[in-house]
Amino acid sequence: MVGQVIFIIILLAAAYLFGKNADKIRRNILLGRDVDRSDNSAARWKIMAKVALGQTKMVKRPVAAVMHFFIYVGFVIINLEVLEIVIDGIFGSHRIFAKPLGSLYGLLIGGFEILALLVLVSCVVFLARRNIIKLKRFSGTEMTAWPKSDANYILFIEILLMTAFLTMNAADHKLQLLHFGHYAAAGSFPVSDLLGPLLPANATTLATIERGCWWFHIIGILAFLNYLPYSKHFHILLAFPNVYYSNLEPKGEFSNTASVTNEVKAMLDPSFVPEATEVSRFGAKDVTDLTWKNLMEAYTCTECGRCTSVCPANITGKLLSPRKIMMDTRDRLNEVGNNMDKHGKDYTDNKTLLDNYITREELWACTTCNACVEACPVNINPLEIITEMRRYVVMEESQAPASLNNMFGNVENNGAPWKYSQADRFNWAEKE
Amino acid sequence: MEQKIPTMAAMAAEGKEPEILFWVGCAGSFDERAQKITRDICKILQHVGMSYAVLGTEESCTGDPAKRAGNEFLFQMQAMTNIEVLNGYNIKKIVTGCPHCFNTIANEYPGLGGKYEVIHHTQLIQGLINEGKLKAEGGESFKGRRITFHDPCYLGRGNNIYEAPRAALEILDTELVEMKRCKSNGLCCGAGGAQMFKEPEPGKKDINMERMIDVLEAKAQIVASACPFCMTMMSDGVKHMDKDQEIKVLDIAEITVRANGL
Repeated sequence: MVGQVIFIIILLAAAYLFGKNADKIRRNILLGRDVDRSDNSAARWKIMAKVALGQTKMVKRPVAAVMHFFIYVGFVIINLEVLEIVIDGIFGSHRIFAKPLGSLYGLLIGGFEILALLVLVSCVVFLARRNIIKLKRFSGTEMTAWPKSDANYILFIEILLMTAFLTMNAADHKLQLLHFGHYAAAGSFPVSDLLGPLLPANATTLATIERGCWWFHIIGILAFLNYLPYSKHFHILLAFPNVYYSNLEPKGEFSNTASVTNEVKAMLDPSFVPEATEVSRFGAKDVTDLTWKNLMEAYTCTECGRCTSVCPANITGKLLSPRKIMMDTRDRLNEVGNNMDKHGKDYTDNKTLLDNYITREELWACTTCNACVEACPVNINPLEIITEMRRYVVMEESQAPASLNNMFGNVENNGAPWKYSQADRFNWAEKE
Repeated sequence: MEQKIPTMAAMAAEGKEPEILFWVGCAGSFDERAQKITRDICKILQHVGMSYAVLGTEESCTGDPAKRAGNEFLFQMQAMTNIEVLNGYNIKKIVTGCPHCFNTIANEYPGLGGKYEVIHHTQLIQGLINEGKLKAEGGESFKGRRITFHDPCYLGRGNNIYEAPRAALEILDTELVEMKRCKSNGLCCGAGGAQMFKEPEPGKKDINMERMIDVLEAKAQIVASACPFCMTMMSDGVKHMDKDQEIKVLDIAEITVRANGL
């Protein structure tokens, strides 16, 4: 009874705390400018099923794809077991699904065990790739101490959780064979039986181990849930809405800024009366100038570095790293959100995404080649943020590099980016 | 040119409307190397007897480099002025000689009132091959030569056009090899995003030199390109390695013209 009360208190506290932090992220995302992605829901469900659920963009890197798939399927399916654990915890029952499911239960538990082993092995390999093999993709200027530790913590916690799960099952099965207490025969244990010989023979000790692992596993899961909002691992939740709200247009298409259209129309036609739009700056200087979708992407990024590893600027040693663009956006947004919580809505800290986080050198290194956008397994678009920031630098500050200002002047005066006369534009037809 | 290049203005004066407008682009108009490709596209159009015209001196920059560099004002000024000209001539269909012009007119002009059917010249060539109007005969033989295709970003990733340029190469009796980074994984030549008009930011090397690794690895004798900016970057890369005797950089249109002896 005491156990049930403690369990319910821990469960409610974990759910409340997670809800509170998740809501803060939701609020931060909604600080972004509006963009309409409510159209074409059929195509959106389809792309979500394909890219998020089906992980089709992961296959470009087969080794990572297979192991990530194990962890992903393991996570989703083992949650069925967590459901049983939660019900058992609340009602003080033990393996409540065993009786109603009959032989299917054995199949399920056996399946969970195999998945748990695959998750465990994958996590060990992932840790090795990061810390022993030291894959280049996991380093870079933005991969400072915290992002590196974050990745290791996630893998380490998952290893602990799976170990607890398997140890719990091993003890349980031993107790079942001893016909001890309420441990009735239930389930099949193809993996945890291998652990059996390592456990003591004494029934009370086994029961302590079983209970200990049970509590460790479920408290671990609830703690992990509450770690998510502070971690890149939040991608397991946001990947789905983020892909749903993907840009469905060709990647080459850049948005036409509506406020600019109004001004240009008014310039070309003095009788033009623009629709009333919100007065805001052109382009993006800070995170609140970006769209909510850009900001959602920042929280969705799990720092895998596929974008940076294919970026032509980064490959050739330039400062730009698309992953850093996303991490900077997220870190700055967290800072803005924390400032709001501490000092109220109108507080400014005189810092901005531009210059305090992302330098102009990074922005001007981009070739807009879309390799980063193509590479992202969850359809994040760092290029849109880069473009919006270039727009601010050019249209609000007139601070483009001098050579680009020359190009602008040429386009404006002679209709070509080079200094050739418009009148000579058709001369190519005369030559051979 | 054997035949005179028809302009929209001349055609309109005669009360005629061409089937297709050939949008030449700034590079195609002014860059000497690209001018040759422009003339080759005209040769193909003339060879198949398609009724076409160019804007000539009425054409202006699409605004692409301004837009990629963040100058949305200048882009929209250019776009709206061009749309006025295009709509004035009642243009329905456009073929461009440049993936950047293609992307901009096809994707970014519709929202500003310019709605046309736009194709890139490699799609035109693919269509003509499919219709049986264009073959690879009567001209230079490419037999046994290793050709690789460098995907322009705004054709490939930008608009998912990977097959059209390859179709033009597949009809040659030749060995088509892919570079390690190709199609959706293709590596940029380094010119996009207005980089063409500025010095690169500080780094270890230039992007076109990185691309040369793939070219050499593929042991290609011909690098086929479909973008005037890629043409510049790839040619410079090959020259920089002193390989301009062994490796030729040719546009898909040039290869088509040579193969047909036009």
